[in-house]
Amino acid sequence: MEWTLLILFIAAGISLMIPSRLKNLKGWILSLFPFGVFVYLLTFIPVIDEQWLIERSRPWMADLGLNLHFMLDGLSLTFALLITGIGTFILIYAHEYMRYYSHTKRFYVYLLVFMGSMLGLVLSANLILLFIFWELTGISSFLLIGFKHHQENVRTSAIQALLVTTFGGLMMLAGFVLLGLASGTYSLPELIIGDIKITQHGWYLPILILILGGAFSKSAQFPFHFWLPGAMQAPSPVSAFLHSATMVKAGIYLLARLNPVLAGTAEWQTIIPLVGGSTMLIGAYLALTQKDLKAILAYTTISALGMLMLLIGIDTELAIKGALIYLIVHALYKGTLFMIAGSVEKQTGTRDIDLLGNLAYKMPITTAVALLALLSMAGLPPMLGYVGKEIIYEAKIQAPHIAGFVTFFGVVSNIFMVWVSIFIAYRVFFRRQYHGFKTPKETSHHFWIGPGILALVGLILGLFPHQLGEYLIQPAMNVIRAESLKVDLKLWHGFNQVFMLSLLTVIGGVVLFMLRKQIIPFFRKVNKKFFDVRFSDLFTRFLDGIMLFARHNTRIMQHGYQRIYLMVLFLSVAFLGWYQLIDTRFWTIGLSVGHLPPYVTLIGAIIVIATLFTLFSRSRMAAIISMGVVGYGIAIIYLIYSAIDLAITQLLVETLTVAIFVLVIFKLPRFAKLSSRASKIRDGIIALLVGGFMTGMALKARNLELQHPISDYFLNHGLSEGFGSNIVNVILVDFRALDTLGEVTVLLIATLGVVALLKIDKS
Amino acid sequence: MLSIITGVLYTAGVYLLLRRSLVKLILGIIFLSNATNLLIFISAGMTEGKPAFVAKEGAEQTGQMADPLPQALVLTAIVIGFGIVAFTLALNYKYHKQTGTYDLDQVKETDKV
Repeated sequence: MEWTLLILFIAAGISLMIPSRLKNLKGWILSLFPFGVFVYLLTFIPVIDEQWLIERSRPWMADLGLNLHFMLDGLSLTFALLITGIGTFILIYAHEYMRYYSHTKRFYVYLLVFMGSMLGLVLSANLILLFIFWELTGISSFLLIGFKHHQENVRTSAIQALLVTTFGGLMMLAGFVLLGLASGTYSLPELIIGDIKITQHGWYLPILILILGGAFSKSAQFPFHFWLPGAMQAPSPVSAFLHSATMVKAGIYLLARLNPVLAGTAEWQTIIPLVGGSTMLIGAYLALTQKDLKAILAYTTISALGMLMLLIGIDTELAIKGALIYLIVHALYKGTLFMIAGSVEKQTGTRDIDLLGNLAYKMPITTAVALLALLSMAGLPPMLGYVGKEIIYEAKIQAPHIAGFVTFFGVVSNIFMVWVSIFIAYRVFFRRQYHGFKTPKETSHHFWIGPGILALVGLILGLFPHQLGEYLIQPAMNVIRAESLKVDLKLWHGFNQVFMLSLLTVIGGVVLFMLRKQIIPFFRKVNKKFFDVRFSDLFTRFLDGIMLFARHNTRIMQHGYQRIYLMVLFLSVAFLGWYQLIDTRFWTIGLSVGHLPPYVTLIGAIIVIATLFTLFSRSRMAAIISMGVVGYGIAIIYLIYSAIDLAITQLLVETLTVAIFVLVIFKLPRFAKLSSRASKIRDGIIALLVGGFMTGMALKARNLELQHPISDYFLNHGLSEGFGSNIVNVILVDFRALDTLGEVTVLLIATLGVVALLKIDKS
Repeated sequence: MLSIITGVLYTAGVYLLLRRSLVKLILGIIFLSNATNLLIFISAGMTEGKPAFVAKEGAEQTGQMADPLPQALVLTAIVIGFGIVAFTLALNYKYHKQTGTYDLDQVKETDKV
């Protein structure tokens, strides 16, 4: 079963290799891959019914608890079937839709990688692995949303989707790590089946909030909802896929998956219904005021996602059942509707519902398919949508604590949904006006096969809900509730309280539709007043703010004044150094200043005086000469303390330095008074701090022998192996000859640099 | 005493580096390089009048000799330090010729000449 993932990723590679003479079949060929996986997964239905859970694991980074660990149970299977099933039709549809786009090769790669990562997400049995696939879907959806990247608003939308969802993803990762630390495992089956009581753990709340952050942002819950309408900038097949089976459903999947681990607490049953409920209402309301067909659909998706969240939050058996059915219902009708919207746009040149109309007679097949899907969206019999809505109403009525609140919001949202469905049907297909840019005619079969089959599936499942319940919903329920349940779905429930609510919903929707001429302008006015601030704009402004802050920061840090860089550097060195010196009490290591012979003291005094002279001399010549004196003094110290070679080298180098300086110095200007007295004092203090630290360190170093030096080796082997009695020389030219070669190279490069500098022209 | 000299040399080096004059910057580098050499040298312990010359075979080895390793290190360092000084001097000269300034505060843009 883990191979199914590989197949999709391989298909992404194959899509690049399809020869151009098969171009006319490309979508069909590629659709075989997800379709094959779909059929293969279907064979698991009886297996899952028997044993609930199939696991496959291969070691990856076992030390970190990260393995290629996959699982297939009722919940994974439901999602996997949706992904591959709808994916198949998306590819067929895309084949025709993308025909006149450029870079379609890329498009298929992105789409298949997206499909593969989504499938990986629902099959992962390891939290970290799940996170990896989670972010992969984010990245591939970014590439898909930004496919028409030559338009600026497309780029903005893509970036927004990426940032919002990956930000949530990172929160989720933090939550996963906490969860892993708290429970000691990253393995999902262990978490689900094991008796680890995370809900009693002290970290429960942070874990829950972090993971909810991931789920809410991915599933476009308020206030993260704004990226989803922006994502409709993607080509229609992508929108259809993203809104139906993938991406936005990932958050729903995550919470359903972790339900046995995290649910059942007051926090779960408060936060999620609150967020889900408000998202549901806001989405449905905002859908009404849109003019763009795809935007209307996008906001209804937000509303549907809110409904799913709400149900998962209510967390009763009925609610979970409702959520699972609605998940399938929504995937089927939303996939269909987005593809229809794409066809309509192709045929008319517009998505504006003020311009569209009268398509029922021009595009009869498309209209029929769309009507089926709209029926399901409105929750009318005999579609599966009706079955779902009935159960959802029942679940809401029986919701613990908050039944009244959720039922009211549910009915209002559903009334809006009915209204939107009628509105779309009327405006796009039946209104006797048409102001589109092209003369519409029926689309080719590519455009209606996929949506048509999806809509028909919705109808068939609505007529035979029992089978769906037994083979798919029941195994999924079993793993979410962690108990054996019997699921029996029916289309007709009789005249009860729920039916009355349904009736009320439909009547409400129809009445509101009749009154649309009065209500919609009013809603638009309210929108202008209260929802004038668009979240996506806020987000853009926030991003700009970050950039501005970064630029400002850089300007402060990278001011270009070398002195200040050095000052920061020296101060840090002095501070850290002094801290270390004081911390280790360097004065306690017997400060044997020693009795120096008087001639050494004399030389020392000369060096100090010459140094001071260099510092304060106003004459360049005097400064250089006194610097030379310092160098010669050091050479004499080397000489006294048995370093003959050093002394010679120092003398030579010092002479050369002074000579070169003298040659150059007259081409350079005189010393001028550039610094103020205050800055001199400040620099003096910094210099004294560094110098003092160095003295302390030198004292400490002299009186400390941490490890016996390796010099003895050189002393003992210098003659026998290096054939020289001057050990310093032997080290340089024999033992460490390569280092010396390096040194010579450095000098050579410096020479070349000097020559180059002096030779280049003023040009 | 020698530790104090090292400290003084470092102080002078840092002070000079913090000046705005390009020439003083080079002087500062020389001081820093001298100070560091001295620091390495003295931290190995000092032996007076006993260079690290081993006797030829047969001859008797007498007493503790100076440590040859830091000497070798410092020798390399002196030479490299000289290379740096020569290069910065040339750079300095060229820079002054091109721009006419030697105030480090004016050296803020890399792309402008």
